Amino acid sequence: MIKTDILIIGAGPTGLFAVFEAGLLQLKCHLIDALPQPGGQCAEIYPKKPIYDIPGFPEILAGDLVTNLMEQIKPFQPGFTLGERAETIEKLEDGQFVVTTNRGTRHQAPVIAIAGGLGSFEPRKPLLKNLPQYEDQGVAYMIKDPEVYRDKKVVIAGGGDSALDWTIYLADMAAELTLVHRRNEFRGALDSVEKVQQLKDQGKIRLITPAEVTDLKGKDKLESVVVTKTSEDGKEIELHTDYFIPLFGLSPKLGPIADWGLEIEKNAIKVDNTLDYQTNIPGIYAIGDVNTYPGKLKLILCGFHEATLMCQSAYRRIHPDKRYVMKYTTVGGIHGFDGSKKEAPKAVVKAIE
Amino acid sequence: MTDIKIKITDREGVLHEVDAPTDMNMNLMELVRSYELAPEGTIGVCGGMAMCASCQCYVKSDHDLPEKSDDEEAMLAEAFYVEDNSRLGCQIHLTEELHGLEVELAPES
Repeated sequence: MIKTDILIIGAGPTGLFAVFEAGLLQLKCHLIDALPQPGGQCAEIYPKKPIYDIPGFPEILAGDLVTNLMEQIKPFQPGFTLGERAETIEKLEDGQFVVTTNRGTRHQAPVIAIAGGLGSFEPRKPLLKNLPQYEDQGVAYMIKDPEVYRDKKVVIAGGGDSALDWTIYLADMAAELTLVHRRNEFRGALDSVEKVQQLKDQGKIRLITPAEVTDLKGKDKLESVVVTKTSEDGKEIELHTDYFIPLFGLSPKLGPIADWGLEIEKNAIKVDNTLDYQTNIPGIYAIGDVNTYPGKLKLILCGFHEATLMCQSAYRRIHPDKRYVMKYTTVGGIHGFDGSKKEAPKAVVKAIE
Repeated sequence: MTDIKIKITDREGVLHEVDAPTDMNMNLMELVRSYELAPEGTIGVCGGMAMCASCQCYVKSDHDLPEKSDDEEAMLAEAFYVEDNSRLGCQIHLTEELHGLEVELAPES
């Protein structure tokens, strides 16, 4: 069981900044995120896009914002459960909550802050009628352990970065690797596109474009896929394969959180914006894009503000008897849980002769 | 005149004829959201960067639309339910030339 003060669900910019504000109040945080890396949409969808409305940054790349936030919260030693989705919540007799992920990791905290953005990112599945039948029987939507594919026949479909990256990674490992994409053009980092071109020229992979996987065959497990070539009047090729990995990106779904008994409106969690962004369940807060209230704006900068007020409220909830007034970082500095210390240099008081 | 009329068929098959401003730097995806013709969180997920295809629509009228950018082409190549008349709503900027445009929202995927 992982124990912490504030359990944050979602490691996007809002969730990450909450760690900082909590740290100033000496509260420890742990974050759960379905993606394998922190940063949420900023890291997963648009790391190379510039953002122009972060206060104090005339322009910053989304990926750099995440890097900076990670640096900013480092002294407060947040814990991470990555690549797992928060699935269930239960309330213990003493008022604490236990959140369990889809992989069974359990987390206990007196305060839950849902900073889930638009939800957890789920793989987008191609529209093949017998696809579910082969899930985990040769069809995978994410590559968790590449070793599984060593000396196996693999067909990857997709035209973005992940299709390119995994093609490159698996090219030498797999017995046979085929990349299928609907167009001749790929959208990815230039050097990945060039690397795949090289692999194709060297005969290390088979590239079939423009084409689509249109059928799956096999008795109990996947045995072959049917590829339809759109350029050659729909000519069909049957490829024997052990694995089919469609990589068509991810789309966010609110998912199991929708069943936690929280008040939901327009795919978002209703909160009290007059006070502290608490939901209808005391002790559970929702901050950032995942919440809604009159006048809500889904902006990173608004998420930062909401995280700050949430932490103040969480502090009073955790320490109802302690007196406290907010302290500026210019005055109090930063005292990390790792023993690090940052503070404003003392002014020099010295006479000028 | 800065308002134009656009006909939008939502994902339930209901036709809406809406007034669309052309002086607010808006695109078709934002228009759909402003009239709440698709539930929040199911359209415009990436905010309008041609990176999610949640605003895919089918263009039913024969208006001259701007060419697809490389980004839009690439995204549509990875989207589902794509037809020859598929476009990403976020890449269609509302201008006076689009008066009378008819579109249908593609299914959610």
